[in-house]
Amino acid sequence: MYDVIIIGGGPAGLTAAIYARRANLKTLVLEATACGGQIIITPDIENYPAAMHISGLDFASRLESQANELGAEIKFEEVTGLNDRGVEKEVYTDSGSYTGKAVIIATGTKPRKLGLIGEDELIGHGVSYCATCDGSFYRGRVVAVNGGGNTALDDALFLSNIAEKVYLIHRRDEFRGDAETVEKLKAKENVELVLNSNVTKLDYDKKLNSIEVTDVNGATRKLDVAALFIAIGRMPATEAFADKITMLDGGYIDGEYCHTNMPGIFVAGDCRNKEVRQLVTATADGAVAVHEVLKLLNK
Amino acid sequence: MSIIEGTSENFEKEVLKSDKPVLVDFNASWCPPCQALHPTLEAMADESNDYKIVTVDVDDEAALAEEYDVSSIPCLIAFIDGKEADRRVGLQPRKRLEKMLGVK
Repeated sequence: MYDVIIIGGGPAGLTAAIYARRANLKTLVLEATACGGQIIITPDIENYPAAMHISGLDFASRLESQANELGAEIKFEEVTGLNDRGVEKEVYTDSGSYTGKAVIIATGTKPRKLGLIGEDELIGHGVSYCATCDGSFYRGRVVAVNGGGNTALDDALFLSNIAEKVYLIHRRDEFRGDAETVEKLKAKENVELVLNSNVTKLDYDKKLNSIEVTDVNGATRKLDVAALFIAIGRMPATEAFADKITMLDGGYIDGEYCHTNMPGIFVAGDCRNKEVRQLVTATADGAVAVHEVLKLLNK
Repeated sequence: MSIIEGTSENFEKEVLKSDKPVLVDFNASWCPPCQALHPTLEAMADESNDYKIVTVDVDDEAALAEEYDVSSIPCLIAFIDGKEADRRVGLQPRKRLEKMLGVK
């Protein structure tokens, strides 16, 4: 039996693993795909204290090495659910199950979907949630970005250097993201802002052909685009625990000091309800969660 | 077995005429999720002889990427008996990749 099972190998989960190992806890990290989580697609981290400049991929790989070196066990399995049997918690994965005295849920977030017909089947055929991954396939084409935060603005700017034209569609008339980036976008001749509008329909056969946008007055407009990059925010990846853990609307887990409603099950990182979701608050959560685990185990 | 680098020259031999299931990973050096996926593919290639892993760099092999209509990476296509059997885009759990190849 493990002292602590950490679900998710992002910055929160791996920091928890580091703290747990330094407290000599038998530690298992379960990661579905690759360590690092959302941070891996960040080209340059500029706001993590003392790190100055580091790519998200390097950051993730250093974090993974640090956890490994300290003796954390990392298994690449997808968690499908958990069960609280009092002192023992059981965590189920796509390959088996593990028991631990405590569990930390650090599953982070995933991109929010528009919820339109065809959206899922068009992933890889014109719908994308990662402009830096897929932008270069649309060199010289017309594309659209949907969203109003920094991700959407950065995506639009990145794509404006590759695509023939970029429509930036946002449901409000002002952007939440950096004013500086908005100014840069306004200065771009090949960027058209489509404000007060939502994407309401995807037209496609096998590939995306065009999208329909509807403005606040109900007027619709058809935009011929080869790709739609969706950047309308993120949502917590917590649905595997919805039957056991109390969550807020939208799936965030509310927990002061990283506690959940269930003793021995803790929450850390972006999937926890909080105002500031940054690398530094994710890693901080990892440390706090382990501190609370230790309080429980030393009782 | 180690990972095979797929090119337009060897694609027919290594993928289309392979007697084992083949997982083809379309990727690029500038794509972080592709790089993050690589250790999983390496481990799969090292640990199993039941299937082959072939990686295709979409910049070096643009014609192959176009032929298979790849416009989002990492793009993982499972070929069984030379035919596309399944396709997924983005980072995937190892179990799901193995399932695509018919591994129970």
